[in-house]
Amino acid sequence: MLRSKLTRRGALGGLAAGTLFAPAVHSQEPKVLRYLGTAVNAGDDISKQCLADTGIKIEYITVTTDDVTKRVVTQPNSFDVLDTEYFSLKKLIPSGNIQPLSARKIKEFNNITPVFTKGELPNGKKIGGQGTAPWKVLYLTGASAKTFSATPTEFVTLIPTVYNADTLGIRPDLIKRPITSWAELLNPEFKGKASILNIPSIGIMDAAMVVEATGQYKYADKGNMTRAEIDLTMKVLTEAKKAGQFRAFWKDFNESVNLMASGETVIQSMWSPAVTKVRSMGIPCTFQPLKEGYRSWASGFCVSKGASGRKLDMAYEFVNWFLSGWAGAYLNRQGYYSAVLSTAKASMAPYEWDYWMEGKPAAQDIKGPDGGLLEKAGSVRDGGSYNDRMGAVACWNAVMDENDYMVRKWNEFIAA
Amino acid sequence: MSSSLPDRAAQLRQIQARRVETRRALVAWLQAGPMMLVFALFFLLPLALVVMVSFWDYNEYEIIPAFTVRGYVESFEGCLAQMPSLCTTLKTYWQTLRLVGMVWAITLVLGFAIAYFLAFHVRDRTWQVALSLLCTIPFWTSNVIRMISWIPLLGRNGVVNRGLVEAGVVEKPLEWLLFSEFAVVLALVHLFTFFMVVPVFNAMLRIDRRLLEAAHDAGASAWQTLWNVVIPLSKPGIVIGSIFVITIVMGDYVTIGVMGGQQIASAGKVIQTRLDALQFPAAAANAVILLVATGLIIAALSRLVDVRKEL
Repeated sequence: MLRSKLTRRGALGGLAAGTLFAPAVHSQEPKVLRYLGTAVNAGDDISKQCLADTGIKIEYITVTTDDVTKRVVTQPNSFDVLDTEYFSLKKLIPSGNIQPLSARKIKEFNNITPVFTKGELPNGKKIGGQGTAPWKVLYLTGASAKTFSATPTEFVTLIPTVYNADTLGIRPDLIKRPITSWAELLNPEFKGKASILNIPSIGIMDAAMVVEATGQYKYADKGNMTRAEIDLTMKVLTEAKKAGQFRAFWKDFNESVNLMASGETVIQSMWSPAVTKVRSMGIPCTFQPLKEGYRSWASGFCVSKGASGRKLDMAYEFVNWFLSGWAGAYLNRQGYYSAVLSTAKASMAPYEWDYWMEGKPAAQDIKGPDGGLLEKAGSVRDGGSYNDRMGAVACWNAVMDENDYMVRKWNEFIAA
Repeated sequence: MSSSLPDRAAQLRQIQARRVETRRALVAWLQAGPMMLVFALFFLLPLALVVMVSFWDYNEYEIIPAFTVRGYVESFEGCLAQMPSLCTTLKTYWQTLRLVGMVWAITLVLGFAIAYFLAFHVRDRTWQVALSLLCTIPFWTSNVIRMISWIPLLGRNGVVNRGLVEAGVVEKPLEWLLFSEFAVVLALVHLFTFFMVVPVFNAMLRIDRRLLEAAHDAGASAWQTLWNVVIPLSKPGIVIGSIFVITIVMGDYVTIGVMGGQQIASAGKVIQTRLDALQFPAAAANAVILLVATGLIIAALSRLVDVRKEL
């Protein structure tokens, strides 16, 4: 009884005071949130700024993508805030271990980019929706419902935070010719110098991009294949593996950087900040836009089913802080995209915004989040503007209906 | 009063003897108790759970406690249908067994040689201890760091390849040095030779030196002494070391994964892939299969020598 009364007062206090001031009733205890997620977003800079702005201390629990899901399903009480990708929701929501956040308590909810809410760019252009596109799984039918709602409701599965359009990373200095198609990933020219991600559900989609690019087959939905389509795609991958196409598969951010920087690979699936990291080592590396488009991913916040009362209020305060600009600008400067563009823009210098988001040549040197030189004045971002990159998304990371079959086929592929 | 006094005394003695026996048994149970408890709690119980779960069903997000042999049936999918060519599980085990065979053979030769050197050539106790500690160097850093450091050494543009190209030994860098079966075997040997050295060394230390002298006096050559005296007497150490190496390599997937570029199948990797996909019953079924396979190998090995008798 006492607990729920305090909660209501806390929530009211929080609303009255706005996001700047923490509700005074709770100030006697330290504000700590356990934050489960991958290394992608778990930055010390973000937690430091958050502590300074809100007084909330973030305790990161940093594990791999697969382990995030495992942990939610098996230890739902070991975290408060969950940072995960939309494609995991097909596993997480039915488990009942997470609860949606209320759109009404998210200050900037209506300013979230329509990429998430409508599947279109701010300029109205529709973007590719194959796979687990975020707008397919953004809403639930009720606060504790286990079914996704096709129409907007108050109950949001994940409040979007960060997303990007992924493509192949290449070493232009070693390839020495233009690369324009996903087909190049399995081009025998790069025998022993190619790599893909060692996460079956993502690896198979990259292979599907190749299959379509070479004109072998056109999928109805690359993110949700039939068994026959899985067989076909794995056959293509298996043949490439047997022919020695792949140097290694990578699973970890640093592995991908090492492979590329050491010249073990010259073409591979990659993440944007990994490309940036290779480049910051003085080694040429391009996040190559390809004519078939990008494979996109997106992540966001929700909370554990165990979070209530004060913890829940704190989670809302944290999420609202995250969308209020500083974190968005921080993510944009790493080559990711922030969910609320307007607040991030306000926190970035105009020349930064022009470089990262508008695809314009850098008016002055571009610095990384750590203050080091990233790009010299005059350079242009790989793939161009936000609209060019997000507008060319072909598919989204996904969990297929035939996931179990696919995993078995993946083991067969490894054993081949 | 029908029973006589001597009868009564015998009865009492019998009761007392039984009491002593019971007390002794009780003490024995108490002494073994803690270990049994730990063993039951941390080995038997989890093992029973794994076996139980391996017979359960599952979907994308939960395990369903309903009896099914799905995990096993799907693991051996196509093993009969594809007969001349091997199914996934058989291929995986063939690959794993080949790695085990290679690593075992190399660690055996290396481990035996090192142990022999330590036991018979190094006379000084201090040096023996110091040199055996040297063998533990591979364990000073974490597995992951150790493996990452192979890349600049064995990679395409690594130290070894650059040296070979510059020396004119090869024209192009050797690709098979890294992310290959060679790399896996190299890393495993590097890691696990120590597990062979210790038990073999231990067995050798207990060989009575007078036996070697006797062999020499009887006119045996060095090889004859090695073959007919040292090796038979080191057998318990060799078998124990072999059990260590074989069981570790059978279950390894981290080293095989990293050094093999994630492209070499291993029994452990199949389990990991299943776990990552939240398919716990299928993972458990594969774990049971691995356990049975490893158990068979150990059973065969322990037929060679009665480890308990020799210890």
